[in-house]
Amino acid sequence: MKVRLLDIAHARSGDKGDTANVGVIALQPRWYDVLEQFVTRSRVADHFRGMIEGDVERYELPNLNALNFLLHGALDGGGTLSLKTDAQGKVYSTALLRMVIDVPDAEAKRLALPAVR
Amino acid sequence: MKEIVRVAAGQGFWGDDLDAPRRQVEGGQIDYLMLDYLAEVTMSILQKQRERDPSLGYARDFVGAMESILPAVLDREVKVVANAGGVNPRACAEAVRSVGAQRRGSKLRIGVVTGDDLLGRLDDLMAQGHALANMETGEALSSVRDRVLSANAYLGSDPIVEALHGGANVVITGRSTDTALTMAPLRHEFGWGAESWDQLAAGIVAGHIIECGAQCSGGNCLYDWKSIPDLANVGYPLVEARADGTFVVTKHPGTGGRVSVPTVSEQLVYEMGDPRSYITPDVIADFTTIRLAQDGENRVLVSGIKGRPATDKLKVSVAYRAGFKAVGTLVYAWPEALEKAQAADRILRERLDRLGLKFDRVLTEFVGANATHGALAGDRHDAPEVQLRFGVRGSDRAAVERFTREIAPLVLNGPPSVTGFAGGRPKVEEIVAYWPALIDKSVVKPKVEIIS
Repeated sequence: MKVRLLDIAHARSGDKGDTANVGVIALQPRWYDVLEQFVTRSRVADHFRGMIEGDVERYELPNLNALNFLLHGALDGGGTLSLKTDAQGKVYSTALLRMVIDVPDAEAKRLALPAVR
Repeated sequence: MKEIVRVAAGQGFWGDDLDAPRRQVEGGQIDYLMLDYLAEVTMSILQKQRERDPSLGYARDFVGAMESILPAVLDREVKVVANAGGVNPRACAEAVRSVGAQRRGSKLRIGVVTGDDLLGRLDDLMAQGHALANMETGEALSSVRDRVLSANAYLGSDPIVEALHGGANVVITGRSTDTALTMAPLRHEFGWGAESWDQLAAGIVAGHIIECGAQCSGGNCLYDWKSIPDLANVGYPLVEARADGTFVVTKHPGTGGRVSVPTVSEQLVYEMGDPRSYITPDVIADFTTIRLAQDGENRVLVSGIKGRPATDKLKVSVAYRAGFKAVGTLVYAWPEALEKAQAADRILRERLDRLGLKFDRVLTEFVGANATHGALAGDRHDAPEVQLRFGVRGSDRAAVERFTREIAPLVLNGPPSVTGFAGGRPKVEEIVAYWPALIDKSVVKPKVEIIS
């Protein structure tokens, strides 16, 4: 079943130099495992291909039902150097929530995941 | 010892709600008011102000804030900790003292923390072998030394604690870490030792949660955002901390916004790097140990936090001149708004080429189509309007200046259905860039004085 992250998670993003961070938090604690299993580092790197120049790192915070992604080279130099509207990476959060993941039907049903509309 | 110490946040950055400090001291009982004024770029702006006038170089909003909260500070013994001193903490203290002097019998004791400013020592430090290499690129500071405007080490909680021990009821710092402004009062009240790693880490987490003001109490919150009540009257956050390092995040009764596990979680992940190692001058906090629990309406209990010894380095923030930039915009309307904006972009690039202008960077965005989400936004060819946003950056000011003359002509000599040019020519801005580095703790000597 196809599931859109916007329907199972919320997020906030910010900056450190030319790196944007996106913290993604499951809307329900039992959905955290889905994030951990399907929102992998490489999946996120694919998602942002062409938008960022560097690597992606992923960290897990099961205590907050959250993943933290670092998107390197995401801010056109960052801070005051950047010519971007989103020079501080404030809305990479919802850009990540556009991602659609494919969850096996049985698991999606067990967790009552909302299907993508 | 107090059982519970209340630290409230009244300012998340220089430019935040001017009235928030007053609302925080009048809206309910607090012991400390914490005010964070310094973003990375703020120090360089303040440095430029001090160059023009040696009595300036601090966050002047703080003086107005002190005026509005003076009765609470003097009559109800609310103490204030602020990094409003910028590059001139003493001048800031003088300005606050003259505000206090307006009230008869004023008992302001102002603690001033200095020693973070390394600008005058830079050449000596570099000669002694401190390369101050850029933490992101590894480049040595010598490559931009002649363009440096300011250099400040991020100080930890020690000097603030010292000022509070010395009887200060207002503490003004220059560049201190944002989190120390919250943690220092807790250390002072609870007597946490310099090696009480878990408690110190809890103080850092408390600081991280409230340092951006209302961003943890419903502001900029994506979770169920439409249901968050009365943001016009949003309650700024406060922590009710205990000696064991547990604390509750809450806000004053009768205010808008919301404090919940989701609103606090969003703030916890904001600007986060490796969550196991949130490095500060005092302690390394492990954000994977934080436990959150709803503890009644608009109350979140935070517990379980673990910390470990700090490193022997301090972070240094260097600001340096890095060329010029300008950004111009025009709005194209339906039909085919995006195609028109794209045509204008091609024309503009061709004209800049023909003029022989050289830039380090040229960036075009189509606001309303793909400016923030790029290709992920999908096909927006039928948008009601699209803003062409065209920016250039380079070391040659004249080239950037010449670019700013090339936007307006497109109104009459480019694609049709164009508007939104009433603001006039774009302004050329000098870029002050930020250079993060590390330095040995042992060479930075914080200084505390108390004036009354």
